Amino acid sequence: MLAKNNASRIRTKLLIKIAETFLNDDIENIDRLPLNLRPKDEDHNRCCVYKDRAIIKYRTMATLGHSIEDETDELKPLSVYAKEALEREEDDKPVLTVIDIACSGCIKAQYMVTNACRGCLAQPCRLNCPKDAITIVNGQAKIDPELCINCGKCKEVCPYHAIIHVPIPCEEACPVNAISKDEDGKEHIDHEKCINCGKCLVSCPFGAIVETSQIIDVIKNIKNKDKKMVAMLAPAIVGQFPGTIKNMATALKKLGFNKVVEVASGADITTNKEAEEFVENMKKGQEFMTTSCCPAYVNAVNKHIPELKPFVSHTETPMYYTAEMVKDEDPNATTIFIGPCLAKRVEAQRSNLVDFVLTFEEIGAMLVAKDIMVAECEETEFDTISEASAQGRGFPITGGVAAAVAHKVGDKAEIKVEKIDGLDAVSMKRLKKFAQKGCEGCNIVEVMCCEGGCVAGPRVLALPKKATRQVEKYVDNSEDLK
Amino acid sequence: MEKIKIEICVGTTCFVMGASSIQALEFEIPEDLIGKIEVTESRCMEFCKDHKDGHHKGPFVKINGEVMADATYDKVLDKVRAIIKKKEEN
Ligand code: FES
Repeated sequence: MLAKNNASRIRTKLLIKIAETFLNDDIENIDRLPLNLRPKDEDHNRCCVYKDRAIIKYRTMATLGHSIEDETDELKPLSVYAKEALEREEDDKPVLTVIDIACSGCIKAQYMVTNACRGCLAQPCRLNCPKDAITIVNGQAKIDPELCINCGKCKEVCPYHAIIHVPIPCEEACPVNAISKDEDGKEHIDHEKCINCGKCLVSCPFGAIVETSQIIDVIKNIKNKDKKMVAMLAPAIVGQFPGTIKNMATALKKLGFNKVVEVASGADITTNKEAEEFVENMKKGQEFMTTSCCPAYVNAVNKHIPELKPFVSHTETPMYYTAEMVKDEDPNATTIFIGPCLAKRVEAQRSNLVDFVLTFEEIGAMLVAKDIMVAECEETEFDTISEASAQGRGFPITGGVAAAVAHKVGDKAEIKVEKIDGLDAVSMKRLKKFAQKGCEGCNIVEVMCCEGGCVAGPRVLALPKKATRQVEKYVDNSEDLK
Repeated sequence: MEKIKIEICVGTTCFVMGASSIQALEFEIPEDLIGKIEVTESRCMEFCKDHKDGHHKGPFVKINGEVMADATYDKVLDKVRAIIKKKEEN
């Protein structure tokens, strides 16, 4: 329920500093950033101030859009990374990267014997361990991490509840087993498997997993007055900032965007096409169809459940159609998607319609750096291409996409909805089963990688509960899709 | 006993810095504090504009009028419990 913790606050502070540095053309001083944020005489979080600074340097490197894994020379200063960032035209970096020195290397064995162990005579832990990983040392049970397979039997049988399960948060959070330890105990992301959902980075208590950002690329383009910058606001924007989204439209213009459009308009096109596709598929006798607007889910299908591919809708995402409308109107426009999602970055890299993707947090840092108070900006209308409907605006909440399609399908076909609300190991298994045996009597499956929908994405600013209410209110005040 | 007033700044700076985590109190009050606190939101309290690095001290929360910088959910609760304890002792 708590959206922020100490690790994320440190990141936000740094993000604001970096935005300030670039907005004020102060990159000469970027090498000083770690020192400024961790002066010698102040408290430190890790073993010493020097390690704190080293980690801040890596965080900055990622924010400048570099993968930590690409470091070849530890001495290479941030100013050089900054210059490279300003010079690059393309960005094809993986979205997630691990700061290995920040990774605490959570203990390998996931089961641990505590001091509550009495060294009893029965020794059920030792006797029930299928791998003989437990020995009794000095009157207490001891697990050999090399032999332990984390089955948990010892924990179950201990009469004193002396054995506890110590999870590795990132590994536990990953729905597809894409993050694991290398030989030196540090976590490592397998990008072949990674679906960019961002669950690992939200779960890590050390903030060791970070995203490579495009904030610098966007600031650079904003400063280039020849560019026509179009901010495309994800439907989840409602409730993410103080004030109304009409205040937000003005705030973004103050920040330097030329146009601000609502991706909910594109969502309406998604709804229309997906409804059409659904009716057709049902006529053809296809058993079921799944939605396709969640990019992490689509990645998961492509990489892990290819047998489900034929069932995934071919309709493009709201981001796609919105960008298409913007570029139709002005082929030279630079399109920036602003949302809660990291997987959208990968979707954007694959399309040539979306130039950049920023998170709510990144745009928030830019607003703070420029001292723009959203609620104090006057209200302006969106630069609408077409007015978004209630259904399009309801996309970011679980159930919203399926409801939109059902609304459009009307009585053209019978529709039975099943929802996968959040991807994890269990729901991945269920999806696999759907591909083989059908979806338990339903005919449309809405899949949201984040539990609750996009309002609970990895880079939201508001409490999902609160944001959900505000999205619902916005939907209630909008017209139905015709 | 008079309710303890918790005023959360939800200006842009404080919000970006994490005021939302404190808003959790609007949904769920820890059992021992039910009926003892009153949570409200306020627009920018202007502390972030105070000095050059003001936003590095957000989010700001006022507890019975007293300003807390770098506020977190836990810090706010600690403070509230401390106030209650003191009142009970008196
Ligand atoms: S936004 Fe909270 S003090 Fe200004």
